[in-house]
Amino acid sequence: MEKILNRDEGRLLAERIAKEADVKLHECYQCGKCSAGCPMAGSFDLMPRQIVHLMHLGDMETVMKSKSIWLCASCHTCVERCPHDIDIPALMEKSRMEAQKRGYCAVRNVKLFNDIFTETIRGFGKSQEVILEGIYNVGSGRLLQDINHVPEMLQKEIVRPELNQVRNKDHVRSIMKKCEEGGALN
Amino acid sequence: MKSYAYFPGCSMDSTAVTYKKSFEYIAAKTGLDLKEIPDWSCCGSTAAHTKNEKMAYALAARNLALAEKHFPGLDVVTPCAACYSRLRYANYAARKNEDLRQEIEEILQMEYKAEPEVLNFLDLFSDPDLQEEIRKGIKRQLKGLKAACYYGCLMSRPREVTGETDPENPMKMDEILRLVGVEPVIWDYKTECCGASHQVDAPEASRELIDRIFRNAQANHADIIVTACPLCNMNLDMREEEINRKFQRSYQIPVFQFTELIAIALGASASECGIHHHFFPAFDVINDQIRSGNISEKREQVQKVQEDPLKSGPIIVGKAGK
Ligand code: SF4
Ligand code: SF4
Ligand code: SF4
Ligand code: SF4
Repeated sequence: MEKILNRDEGRLLAERIAKEADVKLHECYQCGKCSAGCPMAGSFDLMPRQIVHLMHLGDMETVMKSKSIWLCASCHTCVERCPHDIDIPALMEKSRMEAQKRGYCAVRNVKLFNDIFTETIRGFGKSQEVILEGIYNVGSGRLLQDINHVPEMLQKEIVRPELNQVRNKDHVRSIMKKCEEGGALN
Repeated sequence: MKSYAYFPGCSMDSTAVTYKKSFEYIAAKTGLDLKEIPDWSCCGSTAAHTKNEKMAYALAARNLALAEKHFPGLDVVTPCAACYSRLRYANYAARKNEDLRQEIEEILQMEYKAEPEVLNFLDLFSDPDLQEEIRKGIKRQLKGLKAACYYGCLMSRPREVTGETDPENPMKMDEILRLVGVEPVIWDYKTECCGASHQVDAPEASRELIDRIFRNAQANHADIIVTACPLCNMNLDMREEEINRKFQRSYQIPVFQFTELIAIALGASASECGIHHHFFPAFDVINDQIRSGNISEKREQVQKVQEDPLKSGPIIVGKAGK
């Protein structure tokens, strides 16, 4: 786990992320259009506009500890409307990956869901909705959530109990392994 | 008619029964030729790209490489907005960055040229030849049915990946549904995000997104909401009742896949188009339209209804599912 950032390190990290995301942080003039249209803004602790501002200041510590980077749905509404095409979902995504490396996670369930999803792909090559919900509900302590829909789903044949699997599982696994070993593109 | 390589995506094999049934019905009626990519695997969805960007490209590219290998020269079509987005991202990234493309080939141990176009079902149904086949096969006109066409985010944005020229107001679904008499309403939430997997992992933060979508559809007098994606559809249909309870609403807006409406127009029975698989009851709205004469059937068809109620009147049979 990498240690907490000082100001200069934060600035360097923010610059690197912005470069990879092809974003010029200084171009943001804080008009707030991104935040006005963001569907998740109601649950964000930092508005999209503030994320851009904090990154411009080099305060990656605050960004990486925020809930917003986990709750962003990558819907691209903000960048579509931003007068300067600032790719906020890319900033959020890359900050989230950096946060993970440092062991920060302000919304544990989002990470849990992503982890389980990835493991079901490794296990079966295809996503398994029933198992996914089941494991997720146990892992997050939310035992009842959506479980009440399962009998109805079975009855209406919306989900079938048999598993969908890929034949060449080894291929999928080796792809995942190589990507993990080679380090992320981030 | 053109042939396509077909990437169904995981949901098409599990939760998306209505989508699958109605689509298969249409394919049989129109002679549509989709060739399923052999041994396709999950495109990786958002989970892979929130963890490891290269993995996200490689998992999606595996399927495109298989398509290139087995069906050279064919475009790839997929019914899921999330798959569509992931497959297109892979092509977009590989076309822009030759080093990345080669690296993906290395990871896959397969040739991957990033050549075939990736299309969604709305692109597929915008094909003039298919539209002509549909026009020829229409047995019912769904006149008077007011639909809020819901495209969601991933089919529209980001525009450099999707190629959508108007990401705030796409029109393909509107035009497809007009073919069978449906009247699309003008509304504001066509491409609003439904919260995606946050409906599962952050429900407190995301249920209100669904509420807003229903509220706007209702305010604009929609009888139904129509989707073109297994995930968009499930997020709305499965949670409508809960939203009514939780926010003290009384929405009565069933959620259809656009293929169900086309199948109904082509004469499908309830079980043929899968209408009884909905979570939120969807029979009444169609029955009401038939009773009020808004949905008109061709004469030959009406006679057939009397002779064989199971064949084409079954929508009137009532509440099989719920
Ligand atoms: S819309 Fe763009 S310019 Fe305006 S505040 Fe947001 S990021 Fe900055
Ligand atoms: S991409 Fe993220 S920050 Fe931008 S509008 Fe969507 S949820 Fe909000
Ligand atoms: S995005 Fe969803 S439906 Fe598409 S392949 Fe991945 S898990 Fe399956
Ligand atoms: S509307 Fe929801 S399900 Fe549909 S593409 Fe957007 S996030 Fe995914």
